[in-house]
Amino acid sequence: MNKIGIIFSREYLSRVKKKSFLLTTIGVPLVIMVFYALIIYLSLSDSDEKQKIAVIDEAGLLSTITDRPKSSTELVFIKNESEASFLKKYKTDGYDYFLYISNDSTSKKRYHLHSSSAASLTTMSDIEDLINNAVRNKQLIANGVDPQFFDKATAEVELENTIDTEKGARQNFAGISYAVSFGCGFLIYMMMVIYGTQVMRGVTEEKTNRVAEVMVSSVKPFQLMMGKILGIGAVGLTQFGIWIILLLSMQSILPFLFPDLMQQVSSGAVEGQSEKMAVVAEVFNGFSSLPITKIILSFVFYFLGGFLTYASIFAAVGSVVSEDQQEAQQLVFPVLMPIIIGFVIMSKAVNDPNSTEAVFGSIFPLTSPIVMMGRITYDVPLWQMATSMLLLVLSFFFFTWITAKIYRTGILMYGKRPGWKEMIKWGFRKS
Amino acid sequence: MHLLTLDSIKKHFESQKAVDDISFNVDQGKIFGLLGPNGAGKTTLIRMITGIFYPDSGSIFFKGNPFNPESDARKIGYMPEERGLYKKMKIGEQALYLARLKGMSRADAMANIKKWFVKLEMESWWNKKVEDLSKGMSQKLQFVTTVLHEPELIILDEPFSGLDPVNANLIKDEIFNLAKNGATIIFSTHRMEQVEEICDKIVLVNKGKKILDGSVHQIKQDFKENIFSIGGNIIPEHLMTHIFELVKFNPGNILVKLSEETTNNDVLNYFIRQDVNIQSFNEVLPSLNEIFIRLVEDTSATTRKFEH
Repeated sequence: MNKIGIIFSREYLSRVKKKSFLLTTIGVPLVIMVFYALIIYLSLSDSDEKQKIAVIDEAGLLSTITDRPKSSTELVFIKNESEASFLKKYKTDGYDYFLYISNDSTSKKRYHLHSSSAASLTTMSDIEDLINNAVRNKQLIANGVDPQFFDKATAEVELENTIDTEKGARQNFAGISYAVSFGCGFLIYMMMVIYGTQVMRGVTEEKTNRVAEVMVSSVKPFQLMMGKILGIGAVGLTQFGIWIILLLSMQSILPFLFPDLMQQVSSGAVEGQSEKMAVVAEVFNGFSSLPITKIILSFVFYFLGGFLTYASIFAAVGSVVSEDQQEAQQLVFPVLMPIIIGFVIMSKAVNDPNSTEAVFGSIFPLTSPIVMMGRITYDVPLWQMATSMLLLVLSFFFFTWITAKIYRTGILMYGKRPGWKEMIKWGFRKS
Repeated sequence: MHLLTLDSIKKHFESQKAVDDISFNVDQGKIFGLLGPNGAGKTTLIRMITGIFYPDSGSIFFKGNPFNPESDARKIGYMPEERGLYKKMKIGEQALYLARLKGMSRADAMANIKKWFVKLEMESWWNKKVEDLSKGMSQKLQFVTTVLHEPELIILDEPFSGLDPVNANLIKDEIFNLAKNGATIIFSTHRMEQVEEICDKIVLVNKGKKILDGSVHQIKQDFKENIFSIGGNIIPEHLMTHIFELVKFNPGNILVKLSEETTNNDVLNYFIRQDVNIQSFNEVLPSLNEIFIRLVEDTSATTRKFEH
């Protein structure tokens, strides 16, 4: 056992000490965070500058529009000019855009926007909305309906969902649950693939470097394999731990960056003047409604369970391939299949967490780590959770028992790669 | 005392008999040669002695007790023919790691590493990585990692391949030193001139079977062919006799093969009667290389046993 410890610490330290580990662990999420902070910042500090648009409205269409509060454009109606004559002047008169509405209802270019440079999507959609509303208003009036009455009669319902548990009702933030579930499932998928292939590469490297023979004359192959798998698994956990710390520290830094926002969140007064601010505030409320501890603990469990199960398979695959990378690819594919299937089920399970596939996928041990994380923010029945965890632990023991035998034979075999049939034969033969 | 005893060891792989009923003893404190052409089963045999493989049948005794890979691994140092070290690891750390896996404490391991690094002039290498070493340098490092934990049995598979003559001599001296201090060395090779120089006893295996076993001296005696080298002023007219057959004629020196009943003195008497001035007269023993080739090429390979 002590030897596993020595191997473990070498595998762990040699990876954690690498610069690339620090870079990916701290650098990547930092970049993502800065990116999101920038987006939040930009959306909060909306510029008041409005696009000035010159309009020649021959049809008199826009006269029905009275109130345009949230628009990013300002309309300036031009009189006594034709399209052709004003087209030459609008730039020198200080307009970026020139909207022309023709009186001729048969013309293809009845509504036309001229601009000095390509119009942005927001400007385009803003103007399209404007014209659509105007056309609608005109027809409403023609049919004797008051447009203002129509606006009042249009319903805009926002449905709120509370989950009634024994501990009381809590609000369901479906969007946030969805995002967190998917994020967790995706993260565990990525980590299993990345760290699983690291195990495989480590084993292949030992084999092709011929260190394996020196090593197994000192330690049992099983110790070598377990030391490596546990060491690399610990690297994954360390990375996850650092991410959690970063996340928590970000949560405590944020109030200093956006003081008024946090005030709103804590006072529950989401009815502020800015709608975008309300969205951001809701995201934060949504986060705090999630069972964070449960999510983190499940993540650790399912990462360890899933990683350990797959890592032993990856180690066995690594032990039978030689230098040829293409050979490794061929063998890895069947191992990656269930992981990918798990990912596909997970992306469905976040939409429909109680469907048959989702329940099956979160219990079947080869897909359960990914799929269960996809259901984690929805309340999973206890028996499903327990069965899934038990099966995962059992499958870890089963696969380790089999793959250790394949590994032991494979790591000292050179030359022709054995087929799957032969490998399975190794796995099930006695001692 | 036998440090190691192999008793009718057999190991079959799917397609062939890698080791087919081999028995021999290795004496404590001696340098033992395990010889054989490529694919003879040497590596499989060594892997069973180091506990990497288990024999299908037969038993191995280490210091009189059945071999237990778990506890005896610490007492064995093995340098495989295909050298292997972690390329990205620093040399000092690597030596420490391997020694600790053999069960040494960190402090003991450090002390021994220092001692060996000084002895082989490797102190300045500590922070280098293995990938930065030349082939000869990594060979030296591999040797050090093999003997670092003071093993009682050291198994060296082709230890001199890739070494220049200076470093080869350095390692050779260390091997002699280790044997003098009580370590037992199994030396696996197909380079016969090294065996003659170093080994006390040898075993020759071919196609999974043992075909020769004995001390180097004894084997040479057993395979001698009554060939003598005679130095003197001999001319062809002197050779008209039936007591010997001419093997090779050089001016001033001839090689002859004596016939069965002829004694050395018969030959000397003959030349004295011919009035030839004999300057030298000595027996030519076959080299191990010749014996090796003769035995291995002899495909009928009738197993010959030479008891000691």
